[in-house]
Amino acid sequence: MSSRDRVLGRVRRALADVTPHNGPYEEAVGRDYLPEHGHRTTGQTVELLAENLADYRAIVHRCGAGELPDLVARLLAGRGSRQVLEPPGLPPEWLSAADVVRVEDRAESTPQRLDEVDSVVTGCAVAIAETGTIVLDGSPDQGRRRISLVPDHHLCVVRVPGQVVSSVPQALERLDPARPLTWISGPSATSDIELDRVEGVHGPRTLEVILLG
Amino acid sequence: MRVALFLTCVNDTLYPDTGRAVVKLLTKLGVDVDFPRGQSCCGQAHYNTGYRHEAEPLARHFSDVFAPYDAIVTPSGSCGAMVRELYPRLGERAWAEGRGDALARTLAPVVPKTYELTEFLVDVLGVTDVGAWYPHKVTYHPTCHGLRSLGLGDRPRRLLGAVKGLELVELPGAEECCGFGGTFAVKNAEVSAAMGADKVRSAESTGASVLCAADNSCLMHIGGTMSRLRTAMRPVHIAEILASTEEEPAV
Amino acid sequence: MSGTFVGMPAFPKAAHEAVHNPTLRANLRHATHTIRAKRARAVAELDDWPALREAGRRIKDHTLRHLDRYLVQLEESVTAAGGTVHWAADADEANRIVADLVKETGESEVVKVKSMATQEIGLNEALEAEGIRAYETDLAELIVQLGKDRPSHILVPAIHRNRGEIRDIFRTEMGAWGRPAPEGLTDTPAELAEAARLHLREKFLRAEVGISGANFMVAETGTLVVVESEGNGRMCLTLPRTLISVVGIEKVVPTWRDLEVFLQTLPRSSTAERMNPYTSMWTGTTDGDGPQTFHLVLLDNGRTDTLADQVGRQALACIRCSACLNVCPVYERAGGHAYGSVYPGPIGAILSPQLRGTASEIDASLPYASSLCGACYEVCPVAIDIPEVLVHLRERVVQGGPAVRQGNKVLLKPAKGHAAERAAMRAARWAFARPGVLGAGQRLVSRTRRLHPRTLPGPGRAWSGTRELPAVPAEPFRDWWQRTHGGKDSSK
Repeated sequence: MSSRDRVLGRVRRALADVTPHNGPYEEAVGRDYLPEHGHRTTGQTVELLAENLADYRAIVHRCGAGELPDLVARLLAGRGSRQVLEPPGLPPEWLSAADVVRVEDRAESTPQRLDEVDSVVTGCAVAIAETGTIVLDGSPDQGRRRISLVPDHHLCVVRVPGQVVSSVPQALERLDPARPLTWISGPSATSDIELDRVEGVHGPRTLEVILLG
Repeated sequence: MRVALFLTCVNDTLYPDTGRAVVKLLTKLGVDVDFPRGQSCCGQAHYNTGYRHEAEPLARHFSDVFAPYDAIVTPSGSCGAMVRELYPRLGERAWAEGRGDALARTLAPVVPKTYELTEFLVDVLGVTDVGAWYPHKVTYHPTCHGLRSLGLGDRPRRLLGAVKGLELVELPGAEECCGFGGTFAVKNAEVSAAMGADKVRSAESTGASVLCAADNSCLMHIGGTMSRLRTAMRPVHIAEILASTEEEPAV
Repeated sequence: MSGTFVGMPAFPKAAHEAVHNPTLRANLRHATHTIRAKRARAVAELDDWPALREAGRRIKDHTLRHLDRYLVQLEESVTAAGGTVHWAADADEANRIVADLVKETGESEVVKVKSMATQEIGLNEALEAEGIRAYETDLAELIVQLGKDRPSHILVPAIHRNRGEIRDIFRTEMGAWGRPAPEGLTDTPAELAEAARLHLREKFLRAEVGISGANFMVAETGTLVVVESEGNGRMCLTLPRTLISVVGIEKVVPTWRDLEVFLQTLPRSSTAERMNPYTSMWTGTTDGDGPQTFHLVLLDNGRTDTLADQVGRQALACIRCSACLNVCPVYERAGGHAYGSVYPGPIGAILSPQLRGTASEIDASLPYASSLCGACYEVCPVAIDIPEVLVHLRERVVQGGPAVRQGNKVLLKPAKGHAAERAAMRAARWAFARPGVLGAGQRLVSRTRRLHPRTLPGPGRAWSGTRELPAVPAEPFRDWWQRTHGGKDSSK
């Protein structure tokens, strides 16, 4: 007997007392919780996103479309970033004013190569106001998962209000499970020393978010 | 309304003063309370130690004794919880074991009409000021089964708050277990004692002279720890505080 | 790690050292009280918490009751997305599958994301025996691995260590495993985290094989989810060419939408955050992004035995948040090691004796490692009634009865060492069912009260070693009642 058959056989015998539910799944679960918490205007939702991002130590900036290239250039220069990684589909104007070496992510780029760059600039798929979360889904303006992970500085542009949702349920509705997804809420952190939160372990130790709109 | 006092075996044997206090208090509030002499033990110790089948005859006996009454009042959160929360479970388990619903049907009548004392006072009699007088500084420890199984909430504090002369002070970490836990107190004596000592220390930190609770089994553990640690505090059951008056003060 | 738990003494004995270790007591008290308060605040932010908790309970309950259906669906979805699914009936089989998969890659080292399932099966030791070195990359796991220690908490396996102890371990042990700790390392948490970053980075960057568990697996889509904080999970899940995930069969949820419940309740219950820093979700493999080979090993190892128990099966709903540990007064004083398992605390006390059976001394004692205070049930984000299962397992220990072990029905005998207790319980039941006998006994106790010792001999010392006995009254209540007709005849 295969292990598959053994395990499934054990499961079926273990559930001999259970009358299977054959109706719709949603009926069995019942979801009495809220689709989002509180009532806010679009502007207030963006405001909440900014607050919650900052609460978990992301650095938040806001700007209009015309100001973005200068802001990106200023933030990179401020950190002294020389080499900046860019995903293949990053809108060209985002880095147009920055005086940096633009490093393209190539299939053959090793993790060691990625470790040499100073910063990475990406877009995002969706941002969640209630939790201060940005989600990347590997679209061309975000690139492979590794590029927003290895560099120590991640600059992420969120188009507001279009990419902002209030809640986790609303975010899941917008996302495609077939794509590799990375949910990011602040810079990397740990609670492993005395259950106290410390920012900055393996992922980017600085997360900057630009709310563009 | 025919009201029965379910005193519990521990109180009957070791804490008769609590029983007398309940009778005095309820009588003063116009309740004609009876003490059915057939009563013994609800079976909680058996059930919680893993002897469910030994608890069943005790539960049936409880039902036989108390079913004729309209309300059953007990000065014990944990014994109250045994009847209200765990008697239905005894019935469910018997059914799951293929023994039909006889046990569930036997126990069903007593479940909804069993009240812990402070519930009975606040919910059934609708009183929070029972006219008591108790000129001491008191801190209140909510015992676990009263707090989490029965959901007594702020009823005991409201009752204590209305007692004349009583200064109620908050107990830090009040909702933490005192470490009694029935047979846990002897099966895991060291952990139990450590929990008890921590509870006593936080009680001492309030500067109160009395630690009050609604369950004498927890108070036996806390009080025993207090004596051993030679603290000046005393454990007192809430019924004895509520029954205390200027004419007849509690000792 | 599981190997080191074999032959553990019963809980009371195992707890003895911790109870009397002031440093450990202080470490645990500080850590658990800090997180307790934070969790309460994080939960209070959501006014629909009870509804989320109930939905989580129902999703898990429904899934467990139809587990075969969802496992088959999961297998189809993962396979369709480019993954390979393996089934392991027990720890040995899972370890063998993983070791063979690693050997096929030609590699002799792997990086690991913190995973309870791989700790449970002792994967690191099994790989070591096959000449494969497994590097733990979670900070707390690293502390445990470097310190040749055992985990003592689900979320924070090194919770029993304070910052000074961690600094000492890093200073003395890091060098033997790779990059040594920086010169002059202090005990500030930020510096300790930096030391771990530097030490592990070289391992991440060269890793070809990653091993993980998963918090959730979605049957409908084949998506796996890992919830983490440090970024070590992202490193292990995206940089290696091969990813092997070992996941308990109970971790499946039916639909993508179900994640909306757990991604709200898990972070708040666990690290007390609105959201943990990183959550990775992957469905099979993605061309050009992340591992190009993905294996999923579905692990039974006692889970189906647990599933067969109508009361005990709810333990499989656990999402490993650790809220029950953090709020447990027994855990706080006994420490995690006393539970003799990678699953400590209240959830461990109901999981271990079900996954492993109640035959060993430690497993038979775990159901009693609780005062039944109910704080664990109150904070559980999927409403596992831990006290109910504890009492149920006590019954299994003292009464024996039908159970399932390794897929076979067995009739358990009552455990040894409870004979005197059983006799006492029966005698008490007999007396309590006869109030006349009870009354006579009470009177005897009252009349002889001046003869009673203040401390007890033998087993009674367990009480009187630390607590005075209550004074026995002159007369039990029932005699007073009869004598005075309920106080109507005289007030005293």
